[in-house]
Amino acid sequence: MAQFWREYRENWVATLALAVVILIVTAALAAPLITPQDPYDLANLNLRDARRPPGFIGSGGYVHWLGTDAQGRDLFSAILYGLRISLQMGIAAGAVAFGIGTALGIMAANIGGKLEQGIMRLVDLQLSFPAILLALVLVAVLGQGRVPLIIALVTAQYAYFARTAYGAATAERQKDYIEAARATPLPGRSIVLRHLLPNCLPPLIVVGTVQIANAISLEATLSFLGLGLPPTEPSLGMLIANGFQYMMSGRTWISVYPGIALIILIVAINIVGDQLRDQFNPRLRR
Amino acid sequence: MLGYIIQRLIQSGFVMLAMSALVFVGVYAIGNPIDVLISPDATQDIREATIRHYGLDQPLWQQYLAFLGRLLQGDLGRSFVLNIPVLQLVLSRLPATLELALASVLIGAFVGIPLGIYAGYRPESPVSKTIMAVSVLGFSVPTFWVGLILILTFAVNLDWLPAGDRGETVEIFGVGWSFLTWDGLRFLALPALNLCLFKLAMLIRLSRAGTREIMLSDTVKFARAAGLSDFTILRRHVLRLISIPLVTVFGLEFGSTLAFAVVTETIFSWPGVGKLIIDSITSLDRPVMVGYLILVAFLFVTINLVVDLTYALLDPRLRRGRRV
Repeated sequence: MAQFWREYRENWVATLALAVVILIVTAALAAPLITPQDPYDLANLNLRDARRPPGFIGSGGYVHWLGTDAQGRDLFSAILYGLRISLQMGIAAGAVAFGIGTALGIMAANIGGKLEQGIMRLVDLQLSFPAILLALVLVAVLGQGRVPLIIALVTAQYAYFARTAYGAATAERQKDYIEAARATPLPGRSIVLRHLLPNCLPPLIVVGTVQIANAISLEATLSFLGLGLPPTEPSLGMLIANGFQYMMSGRTWISVYPGIALIILIVAINIVGDQLRDQFNPRLRR
Repeated sequence: MLGYIIQRLIQSGFVMLAMSALVFVGVYAIGNPIDVLISPDATQDIREATIRHYGLDQPLWQQYLAFLGRLLQGDLGRSFVLNIPVLQLVLSRLPATLELALASVLIGAFVGIPLGIYAGYRPESPVSKTIMAVSVLGFSVPTFWVGLILILTFAVNLDWLPAGDRGETVEIFGVGWSFLTWDGLRFLALPALNLCLFKLAMLIRLSRAGTREIMLSDTVKFARAAGLSDFTILRRHVLRLISIPLVTVFGLEFGSTLAFAVVTETIFSWPGVGKLIIDSITSLDRPVMVGYLILVAFLFVTINLVVDLTYALLDPRLRRGRRV
């Protein structure tokens, strides 16, 4: 672990990215403590403060460093609260997809036969079908809200985990240590859980990191299209969508700042994922 | 080769059947089909007539067969909002989307592959490193955000290019095309650029990886020993050897381009099928949603089929192996 960390720190870009991710997560967690305003409390909002440029001192008596949006929300507060929602959705969807996908992939690799064929056919079919379309359809059928959104994101993403887990598990199964474990009277279940699964984890962690970023980006896209969460609790995507109509008239900050926050988060997570992939890949090791 | 084609055709038919069953179960069995087929403000007479017309009082398997039969006849129902047949509606919007998708895929290929080959040919040069850094951005930044920035930069701040709608079109075979007029091209530029970025990034990465591998191979060594110039080697040997994975991804990407067009079309108000589906979702126009799904599934199956066949054409091993 210590050696892994030392290797990680050799890449300063990746280290910076990790620091940024940690900073954003901390800021999002601590949002109620560090923001001047609760953007979801309608009583706090004053329409006279709406669409003010960055630096404006509103009726609340504090400076709106990033300006305000069309409802008079302080954008800095709204962004931090929006990040909370985006992270919640991304991590929840990523975790559920990780669980379901890994279970399916490892099951397919271990049980084989018709089940393997069936699962992997379905996964391949889904991988060739764009995630965003699937999510769009599901949200349209299931309606809006947190649970439908998470279901849509999971359905769109579990296939990546299933494919990775299947690939890793089939490769690991042919190695000697699994053979040796089979020779002992251990039950098959504990071989899979105690020996096979831990050795399949590294590639899955890489996919997981990238998929959290993808889930966040997908959620933002759906929200931007007006198919995400209800407008009373705007996520980053919806903040951007709300600002879009004011962009043409030069009030660009309403869309641009939430967008920058979103991009920094997604790019940072992706860089961390890339570095993990490089470190887990034995071919690139010298 | 013929056997292979027939085999793939039958497979595609089964996938389509599975998709139609899925859509049928999703919309007809789980949801209330009466809500799907009849507009909420229809009169009682129309309701009963429609229920009889579509056989909604029949058992489910008979309904599915009837649904399949209507599909084969191209009857996808009528839009609640516009009251025209769904098939006609989707088909009238399809050319705009196809044009946009094709333009962006072509930009992606003609810019991405040369850049990727260069980055693989000179991996250490600063130009290559810049190319790769940009491709990372192209991968991770969401499409809608790039679209906003493009509008902000080129349409609002610089005022070079228009954003929104389609501009002047030329009618050929009763269908309007933008790319034939200067005005249409100007309207096409920003959406196509927006939509192509992801493909561009992907093609750069793929062709770079392929080139790096092939530059170390014996083929290239012998070609160098034969005194061929590097440019000839890249064009004649490397390009051909990396083409197979590129065609696969290219084909599959064409499908996902059509899907991602949903986002781009919404941002740029491009009047294609993507905007149609978003509008129909927000206005609860369910027949359009169902029709769109079936057509997109059909499109995907067709694209996969074409990719597989092209693959067979490009790779003689596959062709011969299947002929036995």
